[in-house]
Amino acid sequence: MQVKKLLAKQETLVALTLLGLCLVIGFINPVFWTARNWFDLARSATVTGIFAIGVLIVLISGGIDVSFTAIAVFAMYTTTVLLKDAQYTGGMWLFFVIAALIGLGLGLINAFFIARFRLPTLIVTLGTQSMFRGFLLFVIGSKIIRDIPPGMADYSKAFLFTVTDDRGVTVGLHSAVLWLVAIAILAFVILRYTMLGRGIYALGGSREAAERAGFNITRTQVFIYAFVGVLAGVAGMIYGGLNRQANAQDIVGQELDVIAATVLGGASIMGGRGSVIGTLLGVMLVVVMSNSLVLMGIPATWQRVVVGAIIIIGTAVPALRTLRRQRRSVNVEPELLAPVGGRT
Amino acid sequence: MTSQETARQSAAPWVRLVVRDGNLLRLFIACVLIFVVMTLLRPEVFPTVENFRSMGSQFPEVGVLAVAIMIAMLTGGIDLSVVSIANLSGVLAALFIRTFIPAEASDVQVVIGLIGAVVIAFAVGMLCGLLNGLLVARVNLTPILATLGTMTLYTGITVVITRGNAVFAENRLTFIGNTYLFDVIPIPMLIFAVVVAVFSVILNRTAFGLKLYLIGTNEKAARFSGIDVPRTLIGAYVLSGLLAAVVAIIFLGRNNSAKWDFAPSYVLQAILVAVLAGVNPAGGSGRLLGIVLAILALQFVSTGLNMLLLAVSGGQFFKEFAWGALLLIIMVINYFSERRR
Repeated sequence: MQVKKLLAKQETLVALTLLGLCLVIGFINPVFWTARNWFDLARSATVTGIFAIGVLIVLISGGIDVSFTAIAVFAMYTTTVLLKDAQYTGGMWLFFVIAALIGLGLGLINAFFIARFRLPTLIVTLGTQSMFRGFLLFVIGSKIIRDIPPGMADYSKAFLFTVTDDRGVTVGLHSAVLWLVAIAILAFVILRYTMLGRGIYALGGSREAAERAGFNITRTQVFIYAFVGVLAGVAGMIYGGLNRQANAQDIVGQELDVIAATVLGGASIMGGRGSVIGTLLGVMLVVVMSNSLVLMGIPATWQRVVVGAIIIIGTAVPALRTLRRQRRSVNVEPELLAPVGGRT
Repeated sequence: MTSQETARQSAAPWVRLVVRDGNLLRLFIACVLIFVVMTLLRPEVFPTVENFRSMGSQFPEVGVLAVAIMIAMLTGGIDLSVVSIANLSGVLAALFIRTFIPAEASDVQVVIGLIGAVVIAFAVGMLCGLLNGLLVARVNLTPILATLGTMTLYTGITVVITRGNAVFAENRLTFIGNTYLFDVIPIPMLIFAVVVAVFSVILNRTAFGLKLYLIGTNEKAARFSGIDVPRTLIGAYVLSGLLAAVVAIIFLGRNNSAKWDFAPSYVLQAILVAVLAGVNPAGGSGRLLGIVLAILALQFVSTGLNMLLLAVSGGQFFKEFAWGALLLIIMVINYFSERRR
């Protein structure tokens, strides 16, 4: 019974798929199991993972956010411009503080429209995405900054530790992954152990019920979009640091991919359901799959076909399972309907 | 009966519609206002035939995509895959043209070849739409997810077919982008007009159209009243795919080439137009007239801002800001006017 319950969870399904995938890829090409490859995977998963946790919280609350990529690039580019103009030569921490504050500000703009006017979240974030990006490119700048301040340039080499493999190549695990770990733990604790987290799930389950149960919807929504803004700011800054440049036209356009990875991990787009672990697994599945095609001897041009197929199959299987379960229980329906039909 | 009432009843149906529907009225006022302001600010360039020709060849792409999005939205769904379908069918149509119309082809050969290319594009568009429809109606996937997945899949297929390169259509379709009816109306605009006309008949005069609105209003009620919901949904996504293929032909006409990563931002722009037009994303309501007014308002804003900000660096990006702002402003105004009622 316990096993059956566990198997029915999307998280378990994704974890098993991921495991199977790793075994197959590792079998085809042992390079997969090298430290270098896993450091690369961790690096690729970091920014997407942080975005995905933000998306998760929004999805659980029954909303959808497509503006976080615009917030990320806005925060990253503006911070770089500010600190470059100030000829700041210190460490990376100040970049993160400023980017997080900018993200917070922009997130609060989303929160204002969503909580105050009760507008659909998709529409609001569609509008603000356009506004944030337009403002960034028009007012702040649109040129790629390659001559970044030293603190940001050094960040790309901020490894937690390095390993020298048998061919004498030194590779390192980038410290940015700590951000992902910390944010994942924070989100996990908020969602599972706090009243705020309960409120987010309740809001996604049914707004009315959450309101009657005494949750402060406005405060919950303000927290959600502000939090997502901060996460986006931090993730954007990491992205800029890892790439050693600030490109104002970057990042926007990835939002749908991140949402897809989150949903793959079991978050319901209708709200009320989703977990941090599932989300991380979903992100890992997409990252491992798209990073390992070349290792498996599949041309890189197939990447999108594979990712698209994963998304469709990964969401269709649980959907079909629910459908079958519903069909089985529908058998009772004619009896329930009988009195209505029989009324004359 | 007062004279005012008589006047209202004798007015054209679209006028009555605009006056009655608050959102349409606001859009109409926005259009006129932007038009007047731009004419006053730039009298020598804005109200000119030259400018109308250029605007008329720009907006139809997003306009047709917005109609596609609207069809899906009426049922309470959404179709995020429209641009990827347009790129896939465009690439295949261009490949067909390259393969089957030789350089020294006679006029008859060219015409047959072009008809073949259009048929290919439409067939691909409808096929892609069919898969979307099956995923939504039979597998019961949330439309956002289904079309998010197929968007990536169709884009991927296009990459595989073209190895990431652009495919050129040998200038066979560029007449679409360069010809003007009566020297004023660009062909893409004509296509948009035909699409609007055809779909206003489908939505307002056929049982299928009525079913779309009913499903969006209350799916359960629609099912219990005997409507074949899955079949209607599949029909909606097939039509949406077909419209995407129409856009593919316009793309080829304007650019002479198709590529997998062309115009990804059009998806969100088309959604923006549909929402601005008053189409309810939860389904059940929305009018084509709204789409026409919304796309006109956005085109006036973009062109106007381009003219005003020509000298400013990065001026072309300001329109993105203005579009987003316009969407939010209209939504907030709608909020206040609905609350007053």
